Amino acid sequence: MEQNFIRKLIFDEKTRALLIQTLVIGIFAVLIYLVTKQTAYNLEKRGIGTGFEFLNIAAGYDISISLIPYDSNDTHLRAYFVGLLNTLMIAVCGCFLATIMGFLVGIIRLSSNWLFRNIAYVYVEFTRNVPVLLQIILYYTILLHLPKVKQSIIIFDSFYLSNRGLFSPAPIFKDGFSVVIGSLIVMIIFTFFLKKFLKKKQELTGKQYPIFLINSALIIFTPIIFYYLMGMPLEFDHPVMKGFNFKGGMVIRPEFLGMLFGLSIYTAAFISETVRSGIISVSKGQREAAQAIGLKANFIMRLIIIPQALRVIIPPLTSQYLNLTKNSSLGIAIGYADLVHGFGGISLNQTGKAIEIMLIVMSTYLTISLTISFFMNLYNKAVQFKGNI
Amino acid sequence: MTPNTSPYLSPNKMLNWSKKNLFSSWVNTIMTVIALIFLYEVGTFFLNWAIFKADFINNFRGETITDRTFCSKNIEVGQHGACWAIIFVRFHQFMYGFYPVEEAWRVNLVYAFLPFALIGVLFDKLPLRRVFLYFTFAFPFIAYFMLYGGPGLSVVATNKWGGLLVTLFLGVTGIALAFPLSILLALGRRSNMPIVKSICVVFIEFIRGVPLITLLFTANVMLPLFLPEGVKPDNLLRALVAVTLFQSAYMAEAIRGGLQAIPKGQIEAAQSLGLNYWQTTRKIILPQALKIAIPPIVNTCIGLFKDTSLVLIIGLFDLLGIGRAALSDITWTKLYYEVYVFVSLIFFIFCFGMSRYSLYLEKKLKTDNS
Repeated sequence: MEQNFIRKLIFDEKTRALLIQTLVIGIFAVLIYLVTKQTAYNLEKRGIGTGFEFLNIAAGYDISISLIPYDSNDTHLRAYFVGLLNTLMIAVCGCFLATIMGFLVGIIRLSSNWLFRNIAYVYVEFTRNVPVLLQIILYYTILLHLPKVKQSIIIFDSFYLSNRGLFSPAPIFKDGFSVVIGSLIVMIIFTFFLKKFLKKKQELTGKQYPIFLINSALIIFTPIIFYYLMGMPLEFDHPVMKGFNFKGGMVIRPEFLGMLFGLSIYTAAFISETVRSGIISVSKGQREAAQAIGLKANFIMRLIIIPQALRVIIPPLTSQYLNLTKNSSLGIAIGYADLVHGFGGISLNQTGKAIEIMLIVMSTYLTISLTISFFMNLYNKAVQFKGNI
Repeated sequence: MTPNTSPYLSPNKMLNWSKKNLFSSWVNTIMTVIALIFLYEVGTFFLNWAIFKADFINNFRGETITDRTFCSKNIEVGQHGACWAIIFVRFHQFMYGFYPVEEAWRVNLVYAFLPFALIGVLFDKLPLRRVFLYFTFAFPFIAYFMLYGGPGLSVVATNKWGGLLVTLFLGVTGIALAFPLSILLALGRRSNMPIVKSICVVFIEFIRGVPLITLLFTANVMLPLFLPEGVKPDNLLRALVAVTLFQSAYMAEAIRGGLQAIPKGQIEAAQSLGLNYWQTTRKIILPQALKIAIPPIVNTCIGLFKDTSLVLIIGLFDLLGIGRAALSDITWTKLYYEVYVFVSLIFFIFCFGMSRYSLYLEKKLKTDNS
């Protein structure tokens, strides 16, 4: 009987799995117990308490870039939100710019012009094989060595680029502007249904409508009409040179620009590769078949190539967005006030609550990442081949 | 074959080629002209800066440059390009950090033997591959002894390491340690045991969900809190722990991709032959899965190699860290572009080499399959 039990333990798959898992749980429990005990002991010896009360204490440091009102008397919790918003801001702007650049370079990589193709290739190889941190620092250095404010580079008469950042006109929204925005949103929703309706009509009658043209006209012109109807409720506050600095307008600081350029130039190189491989993954026969049934070139691209290419492009594209978001934590190297720099750096040094703060910072990034990868996995499941292990 | 397709470059052929690739339509011709102007402008600017107008060891008067005031561009403003003297003077630091000059031969020896340790792993049709592989397994111990010291060699503490040495150490050791760990994680993630599986999933997704810099901070600040008093892992080791865990999660995902590509029939066939789990895994699944996964694995390795530059934020002196240290030195300050271009070039050489290798493998695998 006893021998049988041991035999079963070793050779029966289910019992063996149970044994292994019990062992794993046991080892983990012991490890966690030991580490917690040791940590508690170490913390007590250093006189560091635990808990999250510190979040309500005044932070006592300034943050150079903040989207919400903040000063040094505000709490650490508010400093956290300032950092989080800065992280999200650079991530969103970075993803936006990187996508545009990436698609552009990806298409140039497939251009029929040998020189264009290879210039794009050199760009891709040089940017993706050099650390993003180095690039961020390099671009930041270049931005800091732009001409002084007095000799700033003027772009389109209203943007001033200098070593203090990019000074640009600030929009001032007046009362009626919400109506313009409202009309834009309503039009976007309306065109969505209009498209469905016209598609259905086309299927029934066979008559084709220029859906894209109609919809773009609606989306572009309706807000413009409302803008004039409401009496032009948008003005710009132009930056004016006063003394040694600009007054008015708004400034985009070199830290932000350095991060933006570093992250998007680096990520665009990767995106361009996924775009390129996505487009060439669509087999030649698809294009030839489309030509054979008489589709025009832009229809071939829009209806045949892009939908199939997107299937290949979107999963790696999403993971590039993830990487960019995580790389935005490198702002600490040039002093961009993101989550890691302000809350994870200065707050940590001031309060000494390493465990709590790292826990909060990590779970914040984890939440952002998991949100993105949740959608990615949904998509991935839909396109994966069935029948593999 | 038409008689025109001779393998030699003839003027006629070049004309045809440029007609097809550069001047096929008027749009294409305009693009070619724009590209040529762009290349000329960028090329002359960069070459003048980096080579033709640059100082290497001496300035334009022929004096040896010992600090930045001797750089030609500081004597004749706007006349001269880069001042590479900072690289030559600080070359030792870029390569070895603060490693004692008289002991640098030990690092050189390790650098010299590193290719021999890698070659057996990288090329599977190498003659005497077995011998090379034995050397690969012995190499970490030899390298540790040579770098750190021990009986017969003076000890060089890791806080004296720096520059390329730290970058290569973190990169190579991180990858080597992460590899076995990542195989276990990938297998664990695909296992039928719910607890093992969930531990692996949580670990992988956690590591992949947070930036490396937070892991480095955690290892730097919290590792001493977790461990008993007296055990004080040095800074390089803390960074190595973070880097290894980070790399193992990414590599595990690459390997999981390989595992996913193996048809179910392979497992069923192995099982019907009576092989148990480990036999099936070791002899049937892993050899095929790893082969498929090598290109993505190499990509994660390139990523890691670049990410080692992040350790400068926790105060270690890797290549970039040494570069920044050189710039904060008052005698050399302001030569930013020289330093950053040089460091970029070293990173580029290693990463580009790895990506070429990955391409070579991809091509090789393709011929195997078709």
